[in-house]
Amino acid sequence: MSPDTASAPTPAPAVRVSSVRREFRSRTGQVVALDDVSLTVAAGEFVSLIGPSGCGKSTLLRLVADLDRPTSGTVEVFDRPAHVAREAHEYGIAFQQAGLLPWRTVLANVELPLELHGTPRAARRQRARELVDLIGLTPFAGHYPHQLSGGMQQRVAIARALAEQPSLLLMDEPFGALDEMTRERMQTELLRVRSETGAAVVFVTHSIPEAVYLSDRVVVMSARPGRVRTIVPVSRPAVPDGVDAREDAAFFADVARVREALHGPDDDDPGTDDLAGAAAPARVPATRGMDLR
Amino acid sequence: MRAVVAPLALGALVLVVWQEAVDRFDVKPYVLPAPRAIATALGDHVDAVWSGALTTAQNAAVGLLIGVVLALVCAGVAAAVSSVAGAAAPLVAAVSVMPVPALAPVLYTMFGTGAQTARVVVAALAAFVPVYVNALRGLRTVAPVHRDLMRAFSASRWQATRTVTLPGALPLVFAGLTIASSLSVISALVAEYFGGPVDGLGKAITSAVSSSQYALAWAYVVGAVVIGLVFFGAAAGLERLVARRSASSP
Repeated sequence: MSPDTASAPTPAPAVRVSSVRREFRSRTGQVVALDDVSLTVAAGEFVSLIGPSGCGKSTLLRLVADLDRPTSGTVEVFDRPAHVAREAHEYGIAFQQAGLLPWRTVLANVELPLELHGTPRAARRQRARELVDLIGLTPFAGHYPHQLSGGMQQRVAIARALAEQPSLLLMDEPFGALDEMTRERMQTELLRVRSETGAAVVFVTHSIPEAVYLSDRVVVMSARPGRVRTIVPVSRPAVPDGVDAREDAAFFADVARVREALHGPDDDDPGTDDLAGAAAPARVPATRGMDLR
Repeated sequence: MRAVVAPLALGALVLVVWQEAVDRFDVKPYVLPAPRAIATALGDHVDAVWSGALTTAQNAAVGLLIGVVLALVCAGVAAAVSSVAGAAAPLVAAVSVMPVPALAPVLYTMFGTGAQTARVVVAALAAFVPVYVNALRGLRTVAPVHRDLMRAFSASRWQATRTVTLPGALPLVFAGLTIASSLSVISALVAEYFGGPVDGLGKAITSAVSSSQYALAWAYVVGAVVIGLVFFGAAAGLERLVARRSASSP
């Protein structure tokens, strides 16, 4: 449990996944995407899911979103079954593809969930304007998606996910298709937006630094079958203004710990793990001594 | 600029070579009349060409409208009820390989040779197939991310159709419409060759040829080309407009 939620009088956890198993039947046989996965995400907590391709991290997110159903086990969102939570619009969601509707303007795209759920026109227009302002795209409010860069489109998708002020944000590699510089800017922006909304976040990513930078806890998964290997708490030291937390020694220490967890001793398939870690900076031996845990 | 100049220059060159060839080799008009002769015939009979063009264009337009509306309704039903789409598939395939104007003689007996109905039906049938096929494909292909999104928003089926499926299908519908627009003109005109009332460009072409007025026959052909271009241009313009608004987001 992250320290910043410990003081609250234990509100319902944002997500509670209990002994979940998900099998897919394919022509070649049965694939176990997730096996005995349990995970609790506290209200307001930022949790990343990381692991090699095929570890079921996206599947797990889709189960939480009720875009897919588990073969066995239960998924609860704010103490309610996932499908009830979905129908109650408890969460906002963003995918790797922005998935904007190309025939709608930026503003109309952000309005979409409000429109579908019957918010009066004036109210939703105003809310959309606030959100477009929040993501810094006010000058582009009337533009169509194809007139925007990939990063801008993804910001619109995030604004759309925030439209109904959800207490839970589900994000499936939302920055996966962006270049490194845009990606870092988006990460910073996401943390800012999230600190303003206080939402819990479940964030699927391939990138170790991204997971460490954003999260309170990093859930490290292993593949075939998809399991939770270990959960790494992230020490998020307060950094002085003007200093990027990504340059902090504690950051490197946590990156190293997640890397080690990914390449754990019971690793039988290092090839794919290397892929997952490719984006991480080279390990800095000196930082190991800085780990205060 | 170059996009306009190049085709114009090529067209002019073709006309000059054509004229020169007819003059120099003394080509007989029944083989190929000279462009100048065709232009003269067109100038002399501009009223006849105009009224023939109007008749044919009207048949094509009414047929196109009926065919498109029918195709959209059918595609909507087929998209909503997949068993209907499956049942209709062989029939649609049969219609799509059928040379529709060949039905004209049968339709003239069915609807009477004094009425334009048979020609309109031919145009409608010809327009139906491309619009139906494209619209159905458009309605069936929804991007997976949009499908997920609609489920995440717990949108009703009708909401998902209205916000994602229908607008997403529009570019393909208009692509189908562009094909249908020229097909409807060709079919309405060719249907005139097989009977029916004595108006229309197709009839005018056959009667001009049978009275040895070859340049005039070509003048009517020019009229047919113009209607075809107008129909195609209008549909292609609409298609471009829709495609630009729906330029896919990566």
